[in-house]
Amino acid sequence: MSGIRLLVGTRKGAFIFTADGRRADWKISGPHFAGWEIYHLKGSPVDPNRLYASQSTSWFGQLIQRSDDGGETWQPLGKDFTYDGTPGTHQWYDGTQHPWEFKRVWHLEPSLTDRETVYAGVEDAALFRSNDGAQNWQELPGLRAAKGKLWQPGAGGMCLHTILLDPIDPARIFVAISAAGAFRSDDSGETFRPINRGLISPYELPDPTAEVGHCVHRLARHPSKPDVLFMQKHWDVMRSDNGGDLWSEVSGDLPSDFGFPIDVHAHEPETIYVVPIKSDSEHFPPEGKLRVYRSRTGGNQWEALTKGLPQSNCYVNVLRDAMSVDTLDKCGIYFGTTGGQVYASADAGDSWNAIARDLPAVLSVEAQTLP
Amino acid sequence: MIRVILPAHLRTLANVRDEVRFEVAAPVTQSSLLDALENAYPVLRGTIREQGTRRRRTLVRFFANGEDVSHLAPEIPVADEVARGLEPFVIIGAMAGG
Repeated sequence: MSGIRLLVGTRKGAFIFTADGRRADWKISGPHFAGWEIYHLKGSPVDPNRLYASQSTSWFGQLIQRSDDGGETWQPLGKDFTYDGTPGTHQWYDGTQHPWEFKRVWHLEPSLTDRETVYAGVEDAALFRSNDGAQNWQELPGLRAAKGKLWQPGAGGMCLHTILLDPIDPARIFVAISAAGAFRSDDSGETFRPINRGLISPYELPDPTAEVGHCVHRLARHPSKPDVLFMQKHWDVMRSDNGGDLWSEVSGDLPSDFGFPIDVHAHEPETIYVVPIKSDSEHFPPEGKLRVYRSRTGGNQWEALTKGLPQSNCYVNVLRDAMSVDTLDKCGIYFGTTGGQVYASADAGDSWNAIARDLPAVLSVEAQTLP
Repeated sequence: MIRVILPAHLRTLANVRDEVRFEVAAPVTQSSLLDALENAYPVLRGTIREQGTRRRRTLVRFFANGEDVSHLAPEIPVADEVARGLEPFVIIGAMAGG
């Protein structure tokens, strides 16, 4: 029987959850790297037992860990994320220019086809690639050449948090940065261009339709439809049907269109999930009710999924990398909260169970479907 | 024999339980001591000093012979007691928490 492995990064370590295909009984191991912030863990699609973890603290900096046995043992590897050439400057909160400074790795994205290749999205925003299993890292500087001087940090820092690799066209890479926007490469990361047409940010930008500067919180897409992208922006849920060339709003009847994660059902490319949050100054669910919203129409029409989720006095947040789906039938969906809960649904979101309640604040959740 | 006391997180990372000891050629400076430490425990590179600039990380401090030596120039010789192994060179994470 297939199984599920959940990789959960928290403020104080990593946890690995495992269950068989029924997804009813979960075993939890951890904390791995106790006391360290684990912004993200992810497994290689080529070799699911190869896992990567981003481990950091403000005190002792960044480490990258790799496991080749599904998280049983770990090996610290390359952590030198030196920007290519002279790093230059970007826009600071007050509009002045500020030097580019590496702070941490937010997201690790292993190649879809090559076991040794993995990408890292970092703060201050840049994209790095390793071709030797995370031992050595090289920046792809074409990204910061896409008007990097105009990028600015969001409240969480100027982070590159989303990397989407194209299962059909290996030369195509999408990335998203807070607060710079979404970018696309069509030449394997040599060059990038902004893909933010249609985004409107009247509360955040002096020019609401600026080419860069939008606070994109997350991108998602279904592998069978690589040109159809979904976006949770600071405010607004958006979709593009042409690889990001043009975006349109699909927030529809959501109770709030602010939020962080967005994800797509594993088998239904037009079924998407978001977690509405009240506002940018009140990072908790509207009315104190934790509700996942599902659209089966690719946006605009949404239904609240509440069965098993707290519907009173709930004031947690769900961060951008803290939602994931498995590929079993029915599709499983998982998310973690800043309150340390991890919720799982084995029926595409119709009902939920808390499979952990008292972890440190959850930063990321990745589901692996194991043979 | 130089003695170095690491903070808990770095002891875990270096897989050591107690203070670490190693030889450093005279004259022993903060810089040569940290170079030797990183050579003995490569996993510590970047955790005490920044990658590239090799400057002390902002939230790391150094103590030797009961004094805060975090802000001394890296090429100044360490205290004689530290160089002779009578006192440890102490690396700590800056105070944080309640």
